[in-house]
Amino acid sequence: MNAVPQKTDAIMALNKFDVARVRQDFPILSAKVHGKPLVYFDNGATSQKPQCVIDAIDHYYRFENSNIHRGVHHLSERATAAYETARGKLRGFINAGSVKEIIFVRGTTEAINLVAQSYGRAFIKAGDEIIVSAMEHHSNIVPWQMLCEQVGAKLRVIPINHDGEIVMEEYERLLNDKTKFVSVTHVSNALGTVVPVKNIIALAHARGVPVLLDGAQAVPHLKIDVRDLDCDFYAFSGHKMFGPTGVGVLYGRAELLEKMPPYQGGGDMISLVTFEKTHYNVLPYKFEAGTPNIADGIALGAAVDYLRALDWPSVVAHEDQLLRYATAALERIPALRIIGTAKEKAGVLSFVFDHVHAHDVGTILDQEGVAVRAGHHCAMPVMQRFGVPATARVSFAFYNTIEEIDVLVRAIEHVLKVFG
Amino acid sequence: MSELDDLYQEVILDHNKSPRNFRVMAAANRRAEGYNPLCGDQVTVFVQVEDGVIKDISFQGSGCAISKASASMMTTELKGKPESAAHELFENVHHMLTGEAGGENGSERVGKLAILSGVCKFPARVKCASLAWHTMESALKGEQQPAKTE
Repeated sequence: MNAVPQKTDAIMALNKFDVARVRQDFPILSAKVHGKPLVYFDNGATSQKPQCVIDAIDHYYRFENSNIHRGVHHLSERATAAYETARGKLRGFINAGSVKEIIFVRGTTEAINLVAQSYGRAFIKAGDEIIVSAMEHHSNIVPWQMLCEQVGAKLRVIPINHDGEIVMEEYERLLNDKTKFVSVTHVSNALGTVVPVKNIIALAHARGVPVLLDGAQAVPHLKIDVRDLDCDFYAFSGHKMFGPTGVGVLYGRAELLEKMPPYQGGGDMISLVTFEKTHYNVLPYKFEAGTPNIADGIALGAAVDYLRALDWPSVVAHEDQLLRYATAALERIPALRIIGTAKEKAGVLSFVFDHVHAHDVGTILDQEGVAVRAGHHCAMPVMQRFGVPATARVSFAFYNTIEEIDVLVRAIEHVLKVFG
Repeated sequence: MSELDDLYQEVILDHNKSPRNFRVMAAANRRAEGYNPLCGDQVTVFVQVEDGVIKDISFQGSGCAISKASASMMTTELKGKPESAAHELFENVHHMLTGEAGGENGSERVGKLAILSGVCKFPARVKCASLAWHTMESALKGEQQPAKTE
């Protein structure tokens, strides 16, 4: 943890990854806040959008706006083609086997609720057990609690150690004949921990238990291959991966999706409706009732194009450099304690002071133009685990720079000046 | 003075560091819990009311400097005051925090608490400053539900 970043690493990363050029793709990054250049370190909450994504939304409404899957007219055909092309791009992005397995949803939260209510209510019964981890976002806790209340199942929680890592032996102990579902995060939003999901999946599959991964914080940082991971469901949001808000994806293994009942009823999800009986549409449409978020779905496809054009190994190297540089810099600040010190981390640096509340830290950093999240990060059980009411969270994207971390450090020094 | 200096004045930092009446009160005949879901601030306000007068008032909990200082100053201000005065002060403080106080006249109506007026420049922090006040109100009303700032 105390390794001082090597200059050669920095030069190597920057040689391959031209961060200055990449920043020009994101118009908002040149904004000023309180008269100072914006330093945007709240990417875990939502990322900024490149011009191509903004243009895609604009282009759709100017030239293609029409409802999909119904009109025989020219515009409807164009809109349908654009939307389904985006679905295809998302399939490629996570290497799913088929576009049938790509369900457009509002975001990660809706994706998890869909699985809990559709798969859960059909296949999880009274006395069954569902396993989550102690570092889940509320959106991967509450839908399962709701299901447990509805069917009489029980929620079991894998503990985490003081570094913020899953305790695998405890997970193995929790798995038993009553376990019917495992739902864990891929990357922790509050701690940055990269969870060893392949091990978790292998152990669950050995018992025939399906696994959902909450990929909201993983997609902007890691290359995702759902077939290599061998997960049964993968949920993620567009807005955290440089796409628009209001659209996300649920990947589900086709054979599971086929036997699951629909989540919502309405138009588009049916093939034939009479008052006696309704026949549901094929995948993925069975799970897409009503007019979807067409514009943002298409723009999410543009975000995928943008990401795939980047040299991913150098993106990863750059982000790793940011995290290591920031960790070393923050460790040098007296009285600052980093929460979340897992060996494998991605993109997140949470910290606290014993004598300064995270909210006060957030306000003072904001005055220096530095945007961080201050609070419980929708992961209150994580805060309880570490005995803190809240943390200040710095979360990176590839467009962040080493110089911005220097601004952050100076801003934190200002916090300490105010609070002594 | 910058807006930030206005927010974190010496008096506020002092109340944050050494909050007054920061204790559980066993003799309280009114109490309420307050909770700010946005940032996780929690406060419990204890009040001992006799013949319509606040004989004693204290608080416990965790929160940021603004919420702690506001709670601390509230207790020093309300001790010995009639219940009706507490309600009036709550209204005036609330107007000041949300910037509806109407300048100088508004500050006059809140006495020493005018030191919290810098909060109105920071909309995200208004709830921090008002949490203890909402909680005090529900304690006096004897409400069962925890007070919320949402």
